[in-house]
Amino acid sequence: MRYAETGFQLEVDLSKGSIDKVETDPRDTALYLGGNGMDAKLLYERVPPETDPWSPDNLLIFGNGLLNGTCVPGANRMSVNTIAPVNGFFGHSLMGGFFGAEMKMAGYDRIVIQGESPDLVYLAIHNDKVEIRDATHLRGKGMYDTQRLIQEELNDKRALVAAIGPAGEHRVIMASIDCGNSSAARTPGPVMGAKRLKAIAIRGTKDVNLAHPAEAWEMCSRLRKELDANPNIGDWMATDEDDSFHHNNFSWGNARVRRKNFWNPSLEERWRNLKYDHMSRWTGCWNCPKACHNLIQWPNRRRFSYKCYGKDTYHMASFQELDFTFEILPIAQDLGLDSYSTPQVIAFALELLEAGILTEKDFPGMPSEVRGRFYYLIDKIAHREGIGDVLADGVSGAAARIGKGAEKFDHNTVKKFEQLPIKLGKLNPAYFLMIATGEDMAITQIEGSFPQDPITDPEMKEEFIRKWVAVPDKKFHEWFRKWEKRDQLPDEAMVEICDWNECMHYLDDSLGLCGFVSSFRGQFGGTTGYHVWNMPKVITHVTGIEFDKDRLWKCFQRNRNLIRALNNRRGLRRPMERPPEDHWAVRNEEYEQQLLTKYYDFKGWTFDGIPTKETLEKLSLGYVAEDLIKRGVLTGNEVTALNDPRAKKGKK
Amino acid sequence: MDIKEKKTRIVKNIKVDTKKCVGCRACEIACSAFHATPKYSSVNTARSRIMVIMDEVRDIFVPIRAGDYAQAECNGRNRYVIDGKEYDNCTFCPASCPSRDAFKDPDSGLPLKCDMCESVPPLEKPMCVDACTFGALTYEEKEEPVRAEEEKPEDMEIVFEALVKKHGKKKVLDTFTRLSKA
Repeated sequence: MRYAETGFQLEVDLSKGSIDKVETDPRDTALYLGGNGMDAKLLYERVPPETDPWSPDNLLIFGNGLLNGTCVPGANRMSVNTIAPVNGFFGHSLMGGFFGAEMKMAGYDRIVIQGESPDLVYLAIHNDKVEIRDATHLRGKGMYDTQRLIQEELNDKRALVAAIGPAGEHRVIMASIDCGNSSAARTPGPVMGAKRLKAIAIRGTKDVNLAHPAEAWEMCSRLRKELDANPNIGDWMATDEDDSFHHNNFSWGNARVRRKNFWNPSLEERWRNLKYDHMSRWTGCWNCPKACHNLIQWPNRRRFSYKCYGKDTYHMASFQELDFTFEILPIAQDLGLDSYSTPQVIAFALELLEAGILTEKDFPGMPSEVRGRFYYLIDKIAHREGIGDVLADGVSGAAARIGKGAEKFDHNTVKKFEQLPIKLGKLNPAYFLMIATGEDMAITQIEGSFPQDPITDPEMKEEFIRKWVAVPDKKFHEWFRKWEKRDQLPDEAMVEICDWNECMHYLDDSLGLCGFVSSFRGQFGGTTGYHVWNMPKVITHVTGIEFDKDRLWKCFQRNRNLIRALNNRRGLRRPMERPPEDHWAVRNEEYEQQLLTKYYDFKGWTFDGIPTKETLEKLSLGYVAEDLIKRGVLTGNEVTALNDPRAKKGKK
Repeated sequence: MDIKEKKTRIVKNIKVDTKKCVGCRACEIACSAFHATPKYSSVNTARSRIMVIMDEVRDIFVPIRAGDYAQAECNGRNRYVIDGKEYDNCTFCPASCPSRDAFKDPDSGLPLKCDMCESVPPLEKPMCVDACTFGALTYEEKEEPVRAEEEKPEDMEIVFEALVKKHGKKKVLDTFTRLSKA
């Protein structure tokens, strides 16, 4: 018997119309865990680098985290992975809520979609009964209607429906896949549209087995209470209405204007009322004692929920106030647009108009005031009409299509991916590494375990260290103890901080744990819910596979290197690993490159940022090394970065 | 012992505060794990005897506990408007009934019913309540008088009453006396 996982994946080929239930190899679980790790392995083996992301041969994988659907509190993440059309690399996306758990109870660890349907379809799954059904009557339907209509059609109100809206159908780069209050954003939406898969409806009534029942339950029960009582985890933005951090420090518009004194007490009071006068309740995800979603009923809108920084993006891109976000979000969500990148694309377009690179002719019938313009543009983008067709390619894609100097306005992307709109003064070396090298493409998916800033008060600092059990090694205590200025830590510390931060995200994303109770929440207060010391016991009790810290750490390294190799095979090299040029005003190219070399070296990568043959072999990824050599990505004789002659040359 | 002493009993109850429910379904998970065999060996919310009726867009979050089995659907279903939100009858109904697939064992189809997690030794409170960190579920024990019609006669009394009814008091008494002397 398999524990925590079902041991099966559902393979659906939309070109052939075939459906297969395939048993998986339990040895892979011990190596890659689940979620993004298993998805990466499938993508590596089955989608060669020649395959275009839009092609039917690309895979779209809904991959459950290993612990999702069990009794482990906060384990509710499903990875939705594909080769991303935006840049041709591994597409990282996560969905919380309930869909993944329901999939487990239906008897599947993941759903692998390949091929391309001749017309719009949806997939209906009830345990072993799986049907590809016509969805042409759902064409153009919004997210909410699609979910409701499918539930009615299946006569099952408890079926979970993950769907794309018009944006996904039109292959908009910023399209998301939504299920209730949860969303898999930033890469998989347009691929689902390309496959003409409108939705997946799932219902399961099978057992998810636990290996050591009494121990697993006792531990999870205790953890649930600990997570509940822990003030440093969950989403502070759900209850703390002082949001000066984002508004004063992040840049507004097309990541342009910092309004350092924007926040004030009367604004806070006004916005607090705006929120609570319209809020129905907080809602949560499967088996989590933190409720991070805010359910809002805005006049003349359907009730909707948002979480975290999703509260800010629309009004900050448009220089408006919170009421604008509340007013536009339910409509944008229904269109199936991601609220993180879409406002940036719109702000970028309006800047181009102001600069004369785009003209009024490109926006026929567009209102003159900014709110009207945002409504106009989300609609054009979601339906790929007129200029919307160009903007639907995302900032980088649109800039390339528009030309005429538009590329200069694409100033906030890394590897063609829109970044958080942050523009700061002095280089932060640890953040340089994370933004430059992160395969998860967004800083919030990379940072999170090591604090962002030092604590100056010596007593508070010691108190923090005393409670800080999450560190994988005592040397992090020492670095933190000696740390006084944000940008000043030894290079080796910067490298290892980046490594540990990454580690926690990779573990979360393969185990199905939410970053808000784990990887993202160590940086504030130091007492996050999950860390490399308590994770192994949880995994052992739930799965029956013996884990300790070292074995788990190796899983992180394996998944990290596998995804890196997958991207290397698709062309990722050192020159692409650059944060936006204006991310910091003061830069030091020589130092940054030296630091990058040190990081590569620490990782066991070449000077070009590719894992060496030895590194891959040590992680049971010999087949990857062989493939990279066969394809000429590696020769097999490479040395790690610091031993490369080019590194020495750089030093002089 | 004075048999006319007023009898009481302990009534176990779970109070539901729908305003506090966030829809995390931890109650369903705990219930299904507790009732698994062996205990805690699996999670399967379809086996749970508590279910959160959830509709985010209508802001409806109502955890209901499985009650008695009903052979047939009810013939008329009321709708309730509470604080401006419209609920149908099923939202509050605990029955395992043909109108929906709730509270039926997914393998056998047999009805499921909440047993307040009766176990030896007894739990401090039912599992769903323990799992609810939001205070939507509260366990209560109330002592209430046993109603008269619930003071049921013993089996023997029922037999004697039937005999008396049929043969008359005297004949029954005579027979009893004769038999007891034999």
